[in-house]
Amino acid sequence: MGRMRLPIVLLTVATMAPILSEAKPALVVQSMKVTLPASTAMFPPGLGSDTVNGNCLACHSVAMVMNQPVMPKAAWEAEVNKMRNVYKAPVAESDVATIVDYLTGIKGPK
Amino acid sequence: MKDLSLFGGGLTRRRLLGQAGIAGLAMTALPAWAQTIELPLPGGPGSRPITTAFPQKGPMILQRTRPPLLETPFEVFDRGVFTPNDRFYVRWHWAVIPTEVDVDKFRLAVHGNVNQSLSLSLKDIMNLPHVEMAALNQCSGNSRGLFVPRVAGGQWAHGAMGNARWTGVPLKSVLDKAGIKAGSVQVRFNGMDEPVVPDGPDFMKSLAVDHARDGEVMIAFAMNGRPLPLLNGFPLRLIVPGWYATYWVKMLNDIEVLDQPDANFWMKTAYTIPDTPNADMKPGQAGVNMVPINRMVPRSFVTNLKSGATIHAGRRTLARGIAFGGDSGVKQVDFSSDGGQSWHAARLGKDVGKYSFRGWEADFTPAAKGNYTLMVRCTNSDGVVQPDHANWNPSGFMRNVIEATTVAAA
Repeated sequence: MGRMRLPIVLLTVATMAPILSEAKPALVVQSMKVTLPASTAMFPPGLGSDTVNGNCLACHSVAMVMNQPVMPKAAWEAEVNKMRNVYKAPVAESDVATIVDYLTGIKGPK
Repeated sequence: MKDLSLFGGGLTRRRLLGQAGIAGLAMTALPAWAQTIELPLPGGPGSRPITTAFPQKGPMILQRTRPPLLETPFEVFDRGVFTPNDRFYVRWHWAVIPTEVDVDKFRLAVHGNVNQSLSLSLKDIMNLPHVEMAALNQCSGNSRGLFVPRVAGGQWAHGAMGNARWTGVPLKSVLDKAGIKAGSVQVRFNGMDEPVVPDGPDFMKSLAVDHARDGEVMIAFAMNGRPLPLLNGFPLRLIVPGWYATYWVKMLNDIEVLDQPDANFWMKTAYTIPDTPNADMKPGQAGVNMVPINRMVPRSFVTNLKSGATIHAGRRTLARGIAFGGDSGVKQVDFSSDGGQSWHAARLGKDVGKYSFRGWEADFTPAAKGNYTLMVRCTNSDGVVQPDHANWNPSGFMRNVIEATTVAAA
């Protein structure tokens, strides 16, 4: 691990001319603003899909679920309970069975 | 930052459709992705879009849009040992990620069991003596999608890793400025991301004081000579060489010295592994002691030949790829073209640091037509060798089995 000193330039405007490389290129750290893409996809329509869309997509987009492997109902139940108890997702207890049944329907053993 | 109104009256379908409507216009005009890739995940599903919709990122495998999980397409690893910033994988736990950072206003707080609390500007930090290091960053769950039986979580193939030259300052320099008091046990790191739900566990990780002060752990402000992409932790990221990426806290803005062991969810419950060789256990096995994940283990990959590729029978063929030792350097890489029955030493590429990817290459000649199973096996400088059977644990962590690539000679 070598010790070194780079010339440092802190910039706050995005329109500065690029710094040309010399023997030691200056490291330019500018303020940054980006836009993250929105996720638009919903769960496949079916019994309980409104409940699942309403409860799950606030924290994560649908691909998180659609990319999961087939798992037994007990595993889906554990996932939903983890979201409620650990990650504090405000899922009503009365919605849990509907969500678990829906997930087992699309991602359970056939 | 938080849009708590999402939970005000429950998230309604109408609200979601409203959000979809705005982005939907852009999607109709031009899809952000037009290509898919098939990951070889046992039992599937392996199909993923290739996306170019993320800021400062080239084509990436879309595992999840929100919070972003982007996998590096594997062919990137064939182009050199350093992973370009715009192809470097992305992994966030919570969806509240600041999308704007003002470098003049940014401050890193250092507080807790210290002689003097600090509030450091970027300039303060960058004025400290710099260090540079090549180091691999690998998700604890890299290759999780290959676990059998399959486990829940981000369904990565092998692309939740990357290697970069990091420039920054030793964490020790910053901690010594604050002065760690006697009786301190851990140092806890927090970034600018926040839980979507108010009482969700904020993502924080801790290291033992001696580890934090070892002079190798660093606070990086540059990656491959450029500022970090926002999604890789701009403006500051903790670099914990040889340890899994869960400790490499992104958008680092808070360091707290603790006089008690950190019992927060992300240390005590999440990111734990069986305290067994290779973090291996049987599904459902009871009485396994779980400990926080820590040091990385050796791995190696063929990068220039994909499973299913056709090569020429009777012709000398080059295999090449990358290897890493984990928490120590690469001592040796062995190559087999007969499914592990015989091995010979591969030629190693330039050593750019013990925590870095290291290139390797080997020649073989498939004598006859038929299938050939290529294998590559890394031994690290501490003598740790990749195992020949895959580990299993319920979180899908620390896969490092010898991987196989089957090609057909024709």
